[in-house]
Amino acid sequence: MVELTMVAALNTALRDALAGDPRTLVFGEDVGELGGVFRVTEGLQSEFGRERVFNTPIAEAGIAGICVGLAMAGWRPIAEMQFEGFSYPSLDQVISHLAKYRERTRGRVGVPAVIRIPSFGGIKGKEHHGESPETYYVHTAGLKVVVPSSPLDAYRLLRLSIDDPDPVIFLEPKSRYWSKETGEPTLDGPGIGRARTVRDGGSCAVIAYGAMVTRCIEAAEVLSAEGVEVSVLDLRSLVPLDVEAIGEAVRATGRAVVVHEAPLTLGMGAEIVARIVEEAFDHLEAPIARVTGPDVPYPPASLEHRYLPSVERISTAVRKVVSY
Amino acid sequence: MTETASADVPTVRLVDHDGAVVGDVDVGLADDDLRELLRLMIRCRRLDRECWALQRQGELTVYPPFEGQEAAQVGSAFALGGEDFVFPSFRELAAAIVRGVDVVEYLQYHRGTWHGGPYDPIASRFAPICVPVATQIVHAVGWAMGAKLDGIPACSLAYFGDGSASEGDFHEAANMAAVFRAPVVLFCQNNGWAISVPSSEQYAAPIAARAAGYGFPGVRVDGNDVLAVFAVTKEAVERARAGDGPTLIEAMTYRVGSHSTADDASRYRNDAEVEAWRQRDPIDRYRTYLLGSGVIDHAFVRACDEEAAVWVAEIRAAVTALGEPPASEMFDHAYADPPATLRRQRRELLGDG
Repeated sequence: MVELTMVAALNTALRDALAGDPRTLVFGEDVGELGGVFRVTEGLQSEFGRERVFNTPIAEAGIAGICVGLAMAGWRPIAEMQFEGFSYPSLDQVISHLAKYRERTRGRVGVPAVIRIPSFGGIKGKEHHGESPETYYVHTAGLKVVVPSSPLDAYRLLRLSIDDPDPVIFLEPKSRYWSKETGEPTLDGPGIGRARTVRDGGSCAVIAYGAMVTRCIEAAEVLSAEGVEVSVLDLRSLVPLDVEAIGEAVRATGRAVVVHEAPLTLGMGAEIVARIVEEAFDHLEAPIARVTGPDVPYPPASLEHRYLPSVERISTAVRKVVSY
Repeated sequence: MTETASADVPTVRLVDHDGAVVGDVDVGLADDDLRELLRLMIRCRRLDRECWALQRQGELTVYPPFEGQEAAQVGSAFALGGEDFVFPSFRELAAAIVRGVDVVEYLQYHRGTWHGGPYDPIASRFAPICVPVATQIVHAVGWAMGAKLDGIPACSLAYFGDGSASEGDFHEAANMAAVFRAPVVLFCQNNGWAISVPSSEQYAAPIAARAAGYGFPGVRVDGNDVLAVFAVTKEAVERARAGDGPTLIEAMTYRVGSHSTADDASRYRNDAEVEAWRQRDPIDRYRTYLLGSGVIDHAFVRACDEEAAVWVAEIRAAVTALGEPPASEMFDHAYADPPATLRRQRRELLGDG
């Protein structure tokens, strides 16, 4: 049993993937000797060599675009975007090619690439360092979108993403990079597309992903002291979305609160609520609440605690839903 | 005219507009190959004109003609080996023909029965038809990096136009190619026009001259001189395979037709300019040269024309027989294994799956 941070777990996942498959490559800005600005790739270049782990020029479209060519040449690219706010130059390559290549080639050529993007807020970063880009990718057919919430699950999900035949956008919650979990990193457990229940409770289902999962557990503990027991569902992947698990969680409680950092409008909450209506309408005892960032650009560091869903906002929403 | 900036960069030319020899025409091709270049160009033009007609008859959706660019495409594609990989834009049907791509499958794209990769890109060594401008150049660099990692003596070649060279992806691709010393040929067909925007409004210095800024050779070639195009491409391919990195080739040519069947070039350029370029026709020039040098006779040209007509008729028949694909294919290829949510949508839309 070891205690791992999410950074260490991701690093271990990359190391194991590089060791297990000689066709895997890791590249991006500063991922070489420095080990990436968050040190997720630390030590990999010295262990696996400069051919398989390499720095690229600052060229996000180029980083995403070479994934296509490398995949066509039989390689498995694992690319890093330095921050979500700097990943947007790559959107054309991701939307027009990575996502569509299998379809465009009538199933003949897939792009089994992983694009890792440190994402979301909560680290008191400068502007462009705290955004939630998931909806851009979720709305692009052909991609899978994965968001881990804990170190050991980050290990499992990254390994599974690397092995996946389709392109995976792997959004790493920066604010959880230094969180710790004790256990052995293993591939055993739910696959991509399966949510997991991280807390049981009969009063209300709270649905979240990424860093918000921990925040929801914190809120659940506050509520528990008041006699309100909520379940917490960690989605783990946004595409595929585990609609079955969402429906099951809501049917069990009749009440639901959806939590994410991204702005409200057309955030994942919109999709999740629509699915709940389709899957569990007859079981609903109360309107579904969404606790999200407001529809504003991500705020400066001194205000992010006002922007992000807090334990208090989540608890308040649950109380309202439960007492409806 | 579009050669206004050419004074800064010498243009490689071996056979001039009248078919006269002005350079070293011994480019290492046997007489059979010299004849094959002409045969291919005749085929390509014949099919290009047929495709225009097919579109007008409602058999194709939109078609981008390449008339005038036969030498640029045939000469460059002919310089590649079997393992080399082409990353085209959307006007490279002539290059596809040279590479042996299944033309009927290729034309599914313009028929509207499938997207840009209707043929087998891996077996054909010809990537999907690529419409997002300049994006394919980056793919070519990625493939070249992969080939270099594998240590195989092969290169990639990216086709793009003068307009594409204004895109950021061109720059990112060129710089990455240089940094990684990737075995790639960046082949710009400068046909003078990006839809309606002339090259004078597209760039202020020769595109070939940019190569120096990236740290690899750039060469401008008469794109209507098939032997010159072959020679400079062959040299670039050999450099790439030898581990000496990328080359940028700017082939000066001209799009005699419109941007596509949906475009009307008479709205933005005058007949005199088009006529002047018709006088530099790549096929007329090369045929004159071959006849003068005794490599072919008129009977060979007639045979090429007849053979091309038969070939094109076969393609027409096959293309017009192509029907709508099954709607299930929309769902089949989005993912390797469609997720449950998608399978459900398929059931709801198609009643199966």
